[in-house]
Amino acid sequence: MNHQRVRQALAAPRRLRTTEFVFWLATIAAYVLLPERSLLLNETAILGLFALSLDLVLGIAGIVSLGHAAFFGLGAYTAGLVGKIGLTEPVLGLLVAGTAAGVLGFATSFLVLRGSDLTRLMVTLSVSLVMLELANRLTSLTGGADGLQGIVIGAVLGTFEFDMFGRVAVAYSLTVLFLAFLLARWLLHTPFGLAVRAIAANPLRSAAIGIPNNRRLVGIYTIAAVVAGLAGALLAQTTQFVSLDVLAFHRSAEVMLVLVIGGTGYLYGGLVGAVLFKLLQDQLSDLTPQYWQFWLGLIFVALVVVGRDRVFGAPQALWRRIRSAA
Amino acid sequence: MLTILVDGLAYGMLLFVLACGLSVTLGVMNFINLAHGAFAMAGGYVAVVLVNGYGVPFLLALPIAAIAAGLLGVVLEQTLYVHVYRRSHLDQVLFSIGLVFIAMAVVDYTQGSQQQFLHLPNFLKTRIDLGVVSLGTYRVLIICICGVLALALQAILTRTRFGARLRASVDDPVTARGLGINVNAIFAATFGVGSGLAGLGGALGAEILGLDPSFPLKFMVYFLIVVTAGGAAGMTGPFLAAILLGVADVAGKYYFPSVGAFIIYTLVIVLLVWRPNGLFAAASGR
Repeated sequence: MNHQRVRQALAAPRRLRTTEFVFWLATIAAYVLLPERSLLLNETAILGLFALSLDLVLGIAGIVSLGHAAFFGLGAYTAGLVGKIGLTEPVLGLLVAGTAAGVLGFATSFLVLRGSDLTRLMVTLSVSLVMLELANRLTSLTGGADGLQGIVIGAVLGTFEFDMFGRVAVAYSLTVLFLAFLLARWLLHTPFGLAVRAIAANPLRSAAIGIPNNRRLVGIYTIAAVVAGLAGALLAQTTQFVSLDVLAFHRSAEVMLVLVIGGTGYLYGGLVGAVLFKLLQDQLSDLTPQYWQFWLGLIFVALVVVGRDRVFGAPQALWRRIRSAA
Repeated sequence: MLTILVDGLAYGMLLFVLACGLSVTLGVMNFINLAHGAFAMAGGYVAVVLVNGYGVPFLLALPIAAIAAGLLGVVLEQTLYVHVYRRSHLDQVLFSIGLVFIAMAVVDYTQGSQQQFLHLPNFLKTRIDLGVVSLGTYRVLIICICGVLALALQAILTRTRFGARLRASVDDPVTARGLGINVNAIFAATFGVGSGLAGLGGALGAEILGLDPSFPLKFMVYFLIVVTAGGAAGMTGPFLAAILLGVADVAGKYYFPSVGAFIIYTLVIVLLVWRPNGLFAAASGR
């Protein structure tokens, strides 16, 4: 009897909700109805995928990372190089880039197992700085400060050639995003995902009930690195250019803001945040293109000083009131 | 060889003065303040504007820059930071990165994005010849000022009533409050002094460190290294860490220019994994 109820309780959040259908239908609608905003849509999809990856680390596993761009950048450079040496099929490049980022994630995951938030912050930041320095120095491979040029990207799966309006690029990015999201969502409700969330909630207790904390954290960190690598690869393939910017600190900081705007720990946060962030950036950079950073900083500060729960709690409370009144 | 050592020493001393305020807020009050470099930048720009724009003597501009940065620190502490002390580390990171971005944009807007050069007075451009080695007067001045400051800080912390109150507030804020110590005022004053010192360091080191709007981000890592490597126990740890870092960085750039900043970051990772509580921290679990 009890057994049955536990099973049901665990299965309940696994079912797709109506709001989720609405979200993905809206995404398809945006693709169909806004062909002239393809560039923005593509950037949003890539940013959303990147934020999804950070959510796995920060929101699900509770590891504060300031250097997530390391994996994004490695993915971008790998995909670019794969395209440059003649393997032009994008899906192949995507897989290679994801693998490369995953290897780096696995290798560095052991560094973030120990220590406080501050040491983790420092270690992740240092890893991304080492990557940036490497990309900067290995000019023969990466092009250094000039960026990686001469990337050739063929047709997706040999049939869909990238067009100059970016329609195929958007469809490609959105498909990868959707598949990665499904994977992450499924993962969240497996015993593995539950264990990771237990560790984030209370590492002492999770260890006491027999969860191998370190191995689970290594696992989730590696998976998140793969996803970030995929996002980087998408950027490299759809723009056919990679610069040092993909590894820069502001990218790590930005993705954190994106995730926080959307809310951490429920996977849609990264996607919602990416949409809001890109719309905001689009509007504010029209206003003051050079000083967009100022507004970014102001949003950061205002969010924290007012309190994240209050900013995002108010609409939720309103929604509940509307529903209870109806 | 000796020249590199002296240059490294000057650089390390500067790093100490810049970062010692952070070692209190971050190391002791456990507040992750990534915006510390913004105060140093503020001090540097105040000095540049005063010296280059209004012809104020360099040595007079230094204390003004320190006071300006300190005041800015107190104002921000009272209006913004107090709300964030008890928040999660993620909130603190977001908040201070936000401040850094704002500071960078404001400086870029008002002063332009190019690197600023401080006109040093002529007597600082000379070199002192000691027979075996000739030293730049500017570097010697930096070492002297920073050395005196380090000694003064250590004395204040260990010998004065204020130092005792600060140590008490840090060790156990609740009990300190119970004893009638105004913990909030102590922290505010400490924050102000720390920002002021950062401003002084920024002004003093404008010529060595290079001053442009990306200053807070460029040196954020260095400050964090000094604090995390030095540990939170007193001023000695951060001081030694800063000197080591300064000498290592200058020597690394001189002997292995192709490797660049690579060594430092790798060392940091190794160090943090090996001793998460700092190089000189006592082995007590705090």
